[in-house]
Amino acid sequence: MSESRLTLVDRPNSYIGRSVPRPNARRLLEGRGTYVDDIPAARLAHVAFLRSPAAHARIVHIDAVAAKAMPGIIAVVTGPELASVCSPWVGVLSHFKGLKSAPQHALAIDRVTWVGEPFCAIVARTRAEAEDAAGVIDVELERLPAVVDMETALDLETPAIHPELGDNLAFERILDAGDVDAAFKGAALVVEETFRFGRHTGVCLEPRAIMADWQPADGQLTVHHSFQAPHMMQDILCKHLALPESAVRVICRDVGGSFGIKVHIYPDEMATCALSLMLKRPVKFVADRLESFTSDIHARDHRVTARMAFSAEGDILAIDMDDLTGIGPYSVYPRTSAVEANQVMNLTGGPYRHAHYRARARVVLQNKAPTCQYRAVGHPIATMVTEGLVDLGAEKLGIDPAAIRLRNVIADDAYPCTGASGIKFEKLSHQAAIAKLLAMMDYDALRAEQAALRKRAVYRGIGLAAFIEITNPSAAFYGVGGARISSQDGCTIRLDPQGGIVAATSVTEQGQGTEGIIAQIVATATGVPMDRVKIISGDTQVTPYGGGTWASRGAGIGGEAAWQAGKALRENVLSVAGAILQTQPDALNIRGGVVVDEASGVERITLSELGRIVYFRPDTLPPGVKPEFMVTRHYVPKDYPFAFTNGVQASYLEVDIDTGFVTLLKHWCVEDCGTVLNPLLVDEQIRGGIVQGIGGALFEHCLYDADGQLLNGSMADYLVPMAGEMPDIDVAHVVSATGSSEIGAKGAGEAGTAGAPAAVVNAINDALRPFGARVSSQPVTPEVILAALGTI
Amino acid sequence: MDRERAIAFTLNAEPTRCRVEARSHLGDLLRLEYGLTSVHLGCEHGVCGACTVLVDGHAVRSCLMLAVQADGAVVETIEGLTERGAIADLQDAFHVRNALQCGYCTPGMLTTATELLSQNTTPSRAAIRAAIGGNYCRCTGYQAIVDAIATTAAARATAAAPEAGE
Amino acid sequence: MKAAPVAYARPTTLAEAVSLLAEHGEEARLLAGGQSLVTLLNMRLSAPSLLIDINHLPELTGITEQGDRVRIGAMTRHRELGASGVVAQRLPLIAAAIPHIAHPAIRNRGTIGGSLALADPASELPACCLALQAVIIARGPNGERRITADDFFQGLYATALQADEVLVAVEFPVPAAGAVWGFDELARRHGDYALVGLAATGRQVAGRLADTRFVFFGIGDRPALAKHAAAALEAGDVRAAQAALDGDLDPQDDPVVKSATRKHLARVLLGRVVSTMMGRTV
Repeated sequence: MSESRLTLVDRPNSYIGRSVPRPNARRLLEGRGTYVDDIPAARLAHVAFLRSPAAHARIVHIDAVAAKAMPGIIAVVTGPELASVCSPWVGVLSHFKGLKSAPQHALAIDRVTWVGEPFCAIVARTRAEAEDAAGVIDVELERLPAVVDMETALDLETPAIHPELGDNLAFERILDAGDVDAAFKGAALVVEETFRFGRHTGVCLEPRAIMADWQPADGQLTVHHSFQAPHMMQDILCKHLALPESAVRVICRDVGGSFGIKVHIYPDEMATCALSLMLKRPVKFVADRLESFTSDIHARDHRVTARMAFSAEGDILAIDMDDLTGIGPYSVYPRTSAVEANQVMNLTGGPYRHAHYRARARVVLQNKAPTCQYRAVGHPIATMVTEGLVDLGAEKLGIDPAAIRLRNVIADDAYPCTGASGIKFEKLSHQAAIAKLLAMMDYDALRAEQAALRKRAVYRGIGLAAFIEITNPSAAFYGVGGARISSQDGCTIRLDPQGGIVAATSVTEQGQGTEGIIAQIVATATGVPMDRVKIISGDTQVTPYGGGTWASRGAGIGGEAAWQAGKALRENVLSVAGAILQTQPDALNIRGGVVVDEASGVERITLSELGRIVYFRPDTLPPGVKPEFMVTRHYVPKDYPFAFTNGVQASYLEVDIDTGFVTLLKHWCVEDCGTVLNPLLVDEQIRGGIVQGIGGALFEHCLYDADGQLLNGSMADYLVPMAGEMPDIDVAHVVSATGSSEIGAKGAGEAGTAGAPAAVVNAINDALRPFGARVSSQPVTPEVILAALGTI
Repeated sequence: MDRERAIAFTLNAEPTRCRVEARSHLGDLLRLEYGLTSVHLGCEHGVCGACTVLVDGHAVRSCLMLAVQADGAVVETIEGLTERGAIADLQDAFHVRNALQCGYCTPGMLTTATELLSQNTTPSRAAIRAAIGGNYCRCTGYQAIVDAIATTAAARATAAAPEAGE
Repeated sequence: MKAAPVAYARPTTLAEAVSLLAEHGEEARLLAGGQSLVTLLNMRLSAPSLLIDINHLPELTGITEQGDRVRIGAMTRHRELGASGVVAQRLPLIAAAIPHIAHPAIRNRGTIGGSLALADPASELPACCLALQAVIIARGPNGERRITADDFFQGLYATALQADEVLVAVEFPVPAAGAVWGFDELARRHGDYALVGLAATGRQVAGRLADTRFVFFGIGDRPALAKHAAAALEAGDVRAAQAALDGDLDPQDDPVVKSATRKHLARVLLGRVVSTMMGRTV
């Protein structure tokens, strides 16, 4: 039997599209979550790390004699000792041609290359005792010149951080489509801007945490990890600790926020696992907040110079872009630190129809914290560059910003098509989304209000940002480059004798609601009420093999696997029920946990009665009936390298031109993520993502001095968005379901962050328009605005 | 002088005694000695608010109070508040509104909201935002949390108010 | 970030606390609200060998009116200051500052004594005390000492308190009839330390301000009394007062905010606070 996805929402008892509260949130509300630091273990040891105080130094000597004698100390381990247990890694993938990086060890050997790099591990009965001992370890370092300015990282006078690499250029890519020079030559208007993006970081409220337990008798390493991709971690642990796959089990239970921060390989986490092997007991590492700031991956450290060419009527003809980004001293493993720049190149100009596009990205090494993928990788930068230039063009041509976008976006009926950078679009809805946004925010009324207030010297701005977002990636993202990162996912569903369902999924939960939507999908597909559905996730030993949650893939990929598995289980159940009831299976259905006549709705047999027969009285089954009440299905997107989504955001704010302070009045987002599985969850993801983007736009900046010291690495000095300064956000949707799956869901997790900075910065520039002032560097602090106004 | 001290206090409505190191903060005492893992550590410098508990009825950063200072105090965590049903309506409102995602800030948020509502039964949205302005959340963007607190306040006000015209 | 091992004492009388402090000197730290000290302990930026907990000293509590003065015990929590009717009526400048101090949970523990003794240049209460011409009362082994606010704040985290003294109380002259005040601060987020703040007092006399004290915080190594600006303002010229601030304030560049920015913001705040003070009738 087949079910068209058009009837997903219409089916009786369908949970698809309903704002069902998450069943697994209840325990979090009662304080019964289980985060890594909450998990007990016998003989648990704690590790603290000595971290480099210098941006670049040679390790001359480490004297741990006094430390080893301190109370509670179990071991003090340095790089060379750990290297015998944990092999180094190199963060390169073959599909980034020319990407180069040096081998990186779990504990630095010979040299430390950024402030915060771990180079010595102290294991003790308690974290406090480990820190006590760390304080008496005598370290001699010989300081080396540090590379801390990405603008000069490639100068001949600047030393190569890794001499064997030749220089500090980790990766360069050039893209040239159409005839950019001709397009610019013939253009009526060319606008240009240099955009700066402040390096910032994720600041997950639960710091990184891992507990590794090596049991020699079982030959089993069990790792509890605050992480997004347990199977990837399992594979990497096997490789670098020389263990067979079956020896390693990675479990991810409650994760206190991740946003991509917790999907990369960290030396301190690898060291923790290696230490458990060495010491043959459980070892736990929980990063404290000060460590987090210097050792979590950073992101978005870019300087982009870009030009956009327009016709006199306001058509975007061409874009020319040069992106320089400074990463850390290593490309991060295994996903590489080239992806962010690569996406900036792929995504710039994305919503628009232009045929001519040239871009160059250079990724340079620095002696600063390593950088890698963080929510909406590269999107906020690409969107800011694009939308900033579009606004600049609109201003110079005297065209309304909304009108110029409506004029230039790829038409809703133009799909499928390919963007100028080569990205393939299945179906987007820029026109519908923008129209919906303008209506939702009452754009004309806001413009009128802005004009009236300007006369009273109150300066408000309206900023728009159209964007595209990468979701549901195929193997084209990582697999093709040699990364053992799965792009497919699976779901195993089992019907239990009392009629309840247990479904194990390979996608994971960090609070976005993965388990909730899998439960909704499974319940809908099988006809079992949601309160009889239990979801298991985040355990490599128990779930199907898969990729986990990142790049907004959980709903679209994990969800489709769950849907297919649920349908298959229903088919199996109805086949057995049909045999028992002597009725054709396709005349039956399952509703509310009961097998019913499809046409009349009459109840025929409950699932619990069916379960009793199948599990306890198989002797009474008709001959030839072989029930399989446990089913697994996998899904991998294949039609497109990515399921692109689109959206548009607007920010309405007020700038105090005396102080440079910005008050965010309101924010809107219209998002097309295909089928909306649970509006409550999707909308909250968007809101959270928007506020995270606002953080980068106005507040967040990892500030380094000329010696490579992080100056503001505490919660008091690094400013994250708090409730008092954030606006209310209205969210609405357009739905362009993907044909790549039956549930038709694309991803939505990163959309908010992709578009928010551009909307806010465009609004600030709109507010400053009467003064001819313009900002182009984030975070836009009061000082940036005052400087633009010429006040200081 | 002593680096350890015996203390006696009331924890989630039960009297208790233990011996603590002077250097330990209250958050670690509650987590490690009593297994009250609703107390989350996010920064240990008092800024993120995740560790907020009630001490003598007031919201306090448990990472900035030494365990020894709990001597003689009445301490309550989310486990205790849940057990006695004190904030069931607030928890329900959070659940229905999805005012939590990863859940790490949630105990601190609930504790802060509990104190707010005990002092202000009709807080404006701005007052709610100011009250939770010291509780960091990275997941929700705050609006759903403000909604859930506002809904709870309104529901309590309705329940408390007599019918008009009586 | 776990604190280093430390010993702990809990005196029950002020005399006992003073005696302990005298005995242990620089190796001891007084533990009041703990909102700053415990942070330093957790980060191992401070590693005393003894903490002297002064949370249980009856001599350090209470808000009392004594004639034309208000005496506030050092252990008075910020929350209590915010809830006090005496403070609201007699010291409205303090009442206005309290909501700007961090967040409710911090205010539930933090104390005025702790705030003054720490003397963080970006904090509100030291500036208010300087504006109100408070007197800080300290007790040491040699008895009680009264220190004017003018003399108290000596530099970055540096006060006139001796290592063997406990800050016991703060005394405020109650502003007379016709007194006006103003308070404003610019912070990126609710409860953050101010980029620049201003606590101001004065009197309205015949349409002008007199006896003004403009105390800026967040702008130097200590709260700064802007005398040149006050003189220019009292002569009747707000713009001249704003310009005169260059002679009163000398902020340094820091990684986040340039000196020029802070000076500009100070000028803006001065204009705004003066407007408020002119508009006040009490």
